[in-house]
Amino acid sequence: MRIPLAAAIGMFFTALYFLAAIFAPLLAPYGYDEVVSSGFWDPPSAEFLLGTDGIGRDLLSRMIYGGRTTIFVATAATILSFTTGSVLGFLAAVAGGWVDQLLSRFVDLLMSIPSLIFALVVLSVMPVTLPVLIVVMGLLDSTRVFRLSRAVAVDIEVMDYVEAARLRGEKTAWIIFREILPNALSPLVAEMGLRFIFMVLFVSTLSFLGLGIQPPQADWGGIVKENAEGIVYGAPAALMPAFAIATLAISVNLVADWILNRTTSLKGGRG
Amino acid sequence: MPLIVKLLVQRIALGLFLLLLVSALIFAGTIILPGDVAQSILGQSATPEALANLRAELGLNEPALQRYFSWLGGLMQGDLGTALTSGRDIGESIAQRLSNTLFLAFWAAIVAVPLAIFLGLLAVRYRERWPDKAISGVTLASISIPEFLIGYVLMFFFGVKMGWFYPTAAAFRPDAPLLDKLDAIALPVATLTLVVLAHMMRMTRAAILNVMQSAYIETAELKGLNSFQVIYRHAFPNAIAPIVNVVMLNLAYLVVGVVVIEVVFVYPGMGQYLVDSVSKRDVPVVQACGIIFAAVYIGLNMIADIVAILSNPRLRHPK
Repeated sequence: MRIPLAAAIGMFFTALYFLAAIFAPLLAPYGYDEVVSSGFWDPPSAEFLLGTDGIGRDLLSRMIYGGRTTIFVATAATILSFTTGSVLGFLAAVAGGWVDQLLSRFVDLLMSIPSLIFALVVLSVMPVTLPVLIVVMGLLDSTRVFRLSRAVAVDIEVMDYVEAARLRGEKTAWIIFREILPNALSPLVAEMGLRFIFMVLFVSTLSFLGLGIQPPQADWGGIVKENAEGIVYGAPAALMPAFAIATLAISVNLVADWILNRTTSLKGGRG
Repeated sequence: MPLIVKLLVQRIALGLFLLLLVSALIFAGTIILPGDVAQSILGQSATPEALANLRAELGLNEPALQRYFSWLGGLMQGDLGTALTSGRDIGESIAQRLSNTLFLAFWAAIVAVPLAIFLGLLAVRYRERWPDKAISGVTLASISIPEFLIGYVLMFFFGVKMGWFYPTAAAFRPDAPLLDKLDAIALPVATLTLVVLAHMMRMTRAAILNVMQSAYIETAELKGLNSFQVIYRHAFPNAIAPIVNVVMLNLAYLVVGVVVIEVVFVYPGMGQYLVDSVSKRDVPVVQACGIIFAAVYIGLNMIADIVAILSNPRLRHPK
């Protein structure tokens, strides 16, 4: 199998980010909350490759640890979103009738409010902790996965092999996990990349607003918030996460595009 | 009743019904969740007496359904309730902020919509050549960066380094002359424009390309019209309905973008009020802001559908 250059580059950088996230403590020159300089917003130097932040912490270390937090939260929320969304989506397609109506209309309702606004409403009464963030983001986003998996499963559900499984007397769970899931996997995997990016942007936005990951923990959105004041004094520290988020997002997009093109060409150019 | 009127009435009724359900959802989101409002306002270390007092003051001892209906009844009469932290009437605090937010969103739309349509047309005209590719590249880049970072990048380069514009919107005064106000919001408008531009441009391009595959376009080309005339005279009018749809959906998206951008540029609008109130756990304000944002969002989506119904010739001239 030949992998196109764009997809290969995307895979390389995506892998790099995930490895940096896993091995953050080995890579980071200083601790994430270690004050290493008496100055603030020091320019980049041999000692501090990206300079220091507003209270004299090493920016490179905060960026590496921040990537770890952001990528961890986004990954966990994506997994939650996919398990909930796809299982319910497949269930709606297989069961049909009132189950489908109930789930689909509820999803329509949730999607009629912007997710950020609803997340803010919910976070106004919930304690802002990592599990709460992951659950709120994952469940709100699962509505999009639900729509996609339901649409894909409705197409598969009419296939002869599903009918055969039904006639054999298989249970709903068997039909969902053994007949539909394997055949729906490719479009879902491509979508997973896009949802992951959305989660990275979502959690960064919440942290930037002060309603996501709480200090002193580092994360990319929080780094922007902490250093925003420096912008007016000409210190670009707050802009560092822009580069990190953009390269991660573009890399994952390149991979997702490739997976999507592969699956559509396999199916004879559908979509 | 003609079919088109029936469809319109149905769509408007659906929008109102949706808004009603959304109000229930927003209320439920703040009440039925495991967290207790009184507990989260006072924190874990609050004494039981203080908690009991606050619960009584907030009316939390009454059944949830009853509280929902009294809240909804208030909303219908334009009474948004009282803010917990300041004790002020929410409606009064929101009025000025809402008009500030609409002012910002309005000017962003005025800049973004014509620009997006023009660039979308340009991308179609030079399809697969460098202007099209450049536009696609910028699109990919701009959907990969969160909007608040686009804001700070503009602020850093054009506000601080070059000094062309005010770095923040702190100079904004609602009663200042129009030009001064526009000067103060130049960077937030530019940021919001960039945020919606890419998506709007791409969908305009797709909508026109779709029309371009029709037989009458081929006829127009064969009769020797130049490509701008083909696009402007033949493709564009037929692509208006999908484009209006794109514009409305993006204006709805703008409503969300505005929340974040207001915080970036310290602009005294609804978004900042909402975010402040969430961190202060001022639940009545959050509910009020939430329902207003949701109403604008649902309203714009409804207008998009209504335009689609109105622009469908098969519905306007029933057989």
